[in-house]
Amino acid sequence: MSAYLVTVCPREADNHERLYLLAGDLSSEDVQRLTLELLHDPVAHTATWQALDAELAAPKAGALVEIAFRPGVTDNEAETILVGARHIGITGLKQAKTLRRVYVSAGQDEAVLRQYAGEHLLNDLIETAYITLEARSAERLQFYQHLLQLPAPHTPTVTRVALRGVSDSELERISREGILALSLAEMQAVRDYFEDLGRDPTDGELETLAQTWSEHCRHKTFRATISYQQTGSDGAIDPALHPALAELNAANGATINGLLNHYLRSATDAVSNAALLSAFVDNAGIVAFDENYEISFKVETHNHPSALEPFGGANTGVGGVVRDVLGVSAKPIAVTDVLCFGYPDLPESELSQGVLHPRRIREGVVAGVRDYGNKLGIPNVNGAVWYDHGYTANPLVFCGTLGIAPRGSHPRGVQPGDAIVVIGGRTGRDGIHGATFSSVELTHDTAETVGAAVQIGDPVTEKTVIDVLLQARDLGLYSAITDCGAGGLSSAVGEMGEETGAVVELRDVPLKYAGLQPWEIWISEAQERMVVSVPPQNVQTLLDLCRGEDVEATVIGHFTADGVLTVKHNQLTVVELDMAFLHSGGVQFKLNAAWQPAAKPAAKPANVDHNALLKATLGQPIVASNENIVRTYDHEVQAATVLKPLVGVDEDGPGDAGVLQPLVDSRRGVVLGCGLNPLYGKIDPYWMALAAVDEALRNIVAAGGDPEQTWILDNFCWGDPKLPDRLAGLVRASAGCHDAALAYRTPFISGKDSLNNEYRDAEGKRVAIPPTLLISAMALVPDVLQTISMDAKAAGNAIYLVGLTHDERGGAVSGLVGGIDNGAVPKVNLATAPSVHKAMHAAIRANSVRACHDLSEGGLAVAAAEMAFAGGFGLSLELSAVPTSTALSADALLWSESATRFLVEVAPEQAANFEAQLGTIAYAKIGHVIAEPRLIINDLAGQALIDSDLAALKAAWQA
Amino acid sequence: MTKVLVLRAPGINCDAEAAEALELAGATAERVHVNRLAEGSVQLADYGMLLIPGGFAYGDHLGAGRMLAVDLIYRLREDLSRFVADGRPVLGICNGFQVLVKTGLLPSDNVGQATLIDNASGNYECRWIKLGLNSASPCIFTQGLSGTLDLPVGHGEGRFLTDQATFEKLQANNQIVVQYLDQADQPTMEYPANPNGALHGIAGICNPAGNVFGLMPHPDRAFLPQHHPQWRRRGLDKEGPGMAIFRNGVRAMALV
Repeated sequence: MSAYLVTVCPREADNHERLYLLAGDLSSEDVQRLTLELLHDPVAHTATWQALDAELAAPKAGALVEIAFRPGVTDNEAETILVGARHIGITGLKQAKTLRRVYVSAGQDEAVLRQYAGEHLLNDLIETAYITLEARSAERLQFYQHLLQLPAPHTPTVTRVALRGVSDSELERISREGILALSLAEMQAVRDYFEDLGRDPTDGELETLAQTWSEHCRHKTFRATISYQQTGSDGAIDPALHPALAELNAANGATINGLLNHYLRSATDAVSNAALLSAFVDNAGIVAFDENYEISFKVETHNHPSALEPFGGANTGVGGVVRDVLGVSAKPIAVTDVLCFGYPDLPESELSQGVLHPRRIREGVVAGVRDYGNKLGIPNVNGAVWYDHGYTANPLVFCGTLGIAPRGSHPRGVQPGDAIVVIGGRTGRDGIHGATFSSVELTHDTAETVGAAVQIGDPVTEKTVIDVLLQARDLGLYSAITDCGAGGLSSAVGEMGEETGAVVELRDVPLKYAGLQPWEIWISEAQERMVVSVPPQNVQTLLDLCRGEDVEATVIGHFTADGVLTVKHNQLTVVELDMAFLHSGGVQFKLNAAWQPAAKPAAKPANVDHNALLKATLGQPIVASNENIVRTYDHEVQAATVLKPLVGVDEDGPGDAGVLQPLVDSRRGVVLGCGLNPLYGKIDPYWMALAAVDEALRNIVAAGGDPEQTWILDNFCWGDPKLPDRLAGLVRASAGCHDAALAYRTPFISGKDSLNNEYRDAEGKRVAIPPTLLISAMALVPDVLQTISMDAKAAGNAIYLVGLTHDERGGAVSGLVGGIDNGAVPKVNLATAPSVHKAMHAAIRANSVRACHDLSEGGLAVAAAEMAFAGGFGLSLELSAVPTSTALSADALLWSESATRFLVEVAPEQAANFEAQLGTIAYAKIGHVIAEPRLIINDLAGQALIDSDLAALKAAWQA
Repeated sequence: MTKVLVLRAPGINCDAEAAEALELAGATAERVHVNRLAEGSVQLADYGMLLIPGGFAYGDHLGAGRMLAVDLIYRLREDLSRFVADGRPVLGICNGFQVLVKTGLLPSDNVGQATLIDNASGNYECRWIKLGLNSASPCIFTQGLSGTLDLPVGHGEGRFLTDQATFEKLQANNQIVVQYLDQADQPTMEYPANPNGALHGIAGICNPAGNVFGLMPHPDRAFLPQHHPQWRRRGLDKEGPGMAIFRNGVRAMALV
């Protein structure tokens, strides 16, 4: 065994180098070849190599930081070196590690250097570093030798947990200390079950139950019976339009038998249509695209991991939701991402201990989304970024994936005797307790206790898995498929074998390294793994297919007919559980919810300079341009993106939706949009939910999507549902989803909840995130050539405002930067909104519209500015023409965020056609497009309230 | 011969759209995994053209295109050399361009003359750019084309780098096929018209014979008229701007 260190230095002056630590039966000639043929690019780098001990004997001048991944953390580049060495015929290379060396112009204080490195250069959770002002060879050698140390060999053991007869407090301790996240009632049910069996559970059995019964896998809160009470009434409610809200206003409160069934599934059942093929059952919702293809859509969150290791958390978030779509046998054709962060200008002094700065979280999350999506070759075509101080310790990372598959090609027929085959990545200790970890609140020392839950992804392995599984699908090789996500093999095999039973031999599971106990293999959430059920006659064909494309595939057991989940490790029995108990033995929760309306904000001074307020609102991070993020995502790969995220004359304006043409020989398209507004959620989650559904639909409609061919997804991110105030908000948001889905006749096809997004700081103070609901929408269009963009197209065209404006400045973004927040949250009018959307869509389909932009954050003022500067044309608008039901102030007309409104550009020759399509809908011509690059908005007396140069507005928006 | 081999490998991800564009140009495109060529179950010699698509072959971990280049050099060097020597068209798009440079097939049969490194911005960039075509180039993929061409780029390591002597040779041989243009239609190193800071705005080069062409921009994402970002403002063209390159390649393939 010999070890070498290769140093690769960029020719362009730089303060960092890449290091490669190579070990094995290597000659110095081998190392020379590895360096010259694999590790360095002679045009761009210089490289040196030496035996490790010789390298370390030579002192290094100056302060330096040498950073490596901690042992066990995925090091993709190092894995590639091992593959490359085989390609060039060097068989002696046994281990490779990559490191970064950074030279720092630091002062004389090593502690300061350490702090700087911790804050700027590495994440202690996944990386380890040698940090020094002056390199000392003995210490350095120790650091490098530690990197090469292999895990100690161990004897696999199965431990029994003494559960029979123990007290309630002991049950609670076992749950808490094992990060099982099971409630007392659940622990009691487990104890009683094993008392009846006359034995104690194994560690593997307890873990299996904890994974399967986790909030993440079972959605216990959304299935709980909830007793709801509220203070005060919502006023006069039309029960025909707002049935769920009316129910909550009953005098004695309401009892809700599961949010999922009572609100979401019941709404989908009521408004389902022939195109809806699968809702809430599979890994993703599925609808018919045309006679031959089906489209699937799923949105997930990866919040807790992203708080601790932003790159890895977001990276594996994308990887996970892509596997969900692969889990319905579909080819991923788009990803979406909606990100919620604390404000980037937060002073460091206000940051709690153990919390990463929002800028660092944003940088890491965006890089993680970019890395995985781009490397898989899936276009990122829709998303949003939101900011709120409530997300500082608890960022939210929503990742979505859209897939396409030939209709009927997703099999769901596990048969006893079918082989259980695990495909893709190897299993390591990474990601243990991810499912249960997502259900505990974060604290200042979470990073230390659940470090293993955080992982780095390996997108190229996932890409190869996608490549082979789509071929396997087309060859009909598997009888069922699922992703290996939360809970790892325990959940994947447990779910697939629910109706049959299964036997698994853990000895056969390919491992990244030795040292895992059987229960760890069983619940590890290591990434890039899929599980398929394969009829015996197809096993060899599948294994050959995988081997032919360098994908690891292994038979680890088979499905049975005995209804028992049996897991072995050689002679050891790790798990022996009835499927019936595993899947039905849980406890239905009973929870209390108590709603108290938010207090109205204090009145603010009304004299504002609207020109200045417009610039401030455009520059507010929620509204401001996300181009620096969007540009780093590939939105063109797969050659299907026919409406880009950035639009307009300079291709930098904020598009309302993404449009894809997934098939080259058909102009049929898919439109993607989303709605989210936690500022409304802070006032009332019911109206937030309606506004979010309306916004997602407005995105769709503005781009030309058909609101009557639209399907939606819900993602709730909330605080602790055991607290009655948090839960009441969740009830109201769910009720809003229900009422909106009925009114718009838009079915929910999939959903997910991420609860317990709370942070407890070192002083014990609890902070919950703002109530957050993301609605993602997908619509079909028969011809993508009938979709449109939001940028103004030509001087002389008329500008219309469609939809009524009310004085609704509660939660207005302008209120965050000096404008008025009057506490009146926008209330969608469900009586008229669906017909406004339909009429607007009819007008676009009639080719009468040149541009359409929906009004959302920032109201009319922001929408007009965006339409103007995206198109490079001015707009001249009259507030006196804006359609309202009662007289409103100019301030309200400009800044109200009333829902269901569109700003529309119409060529003069199409005006009659356009107006005919709108019929009796509230609309008015409020101005026209002008050649001069100015935004002019006149007040009710015709005086210019806003008169601003477009370049200045755009600069404010892009700042 | 009208059959094109579109190379697949771990991490290659633009093979499907490249095949679609080739089919639209009249070719038969077959997507073949590199392992099939290496084991000999598929012969490169049975194809008229080779297309190495975009993606992140082997994760681009040791530098973009590096590992697939090593793979081709060690497992397919002779087949590939003969294919190129026969004058058959070879097109490398984005990651495929990086692979061709790192195998040494570009600029000409020698490793280490040029490379593609991290974008000057330090970021991956996805945007449409304007290219100037060198009408004097021997490149068979751009024969008959002149003026400008709009195409999208999507890459993090697209900055073309070479030494002065090689640059002068490329220029003298008209091997510089496409360059990023500014608003005045001049080759530029200014961001964002030049998305990566490439030397002299070089976006794509060919070998001296003109049958091997690599470029960072993606004609394979620009074969339908509605792929163009400006069609809603300027009207719809007959076809996407990338089609001309594929049609030229397919025409040349038929002549070899």
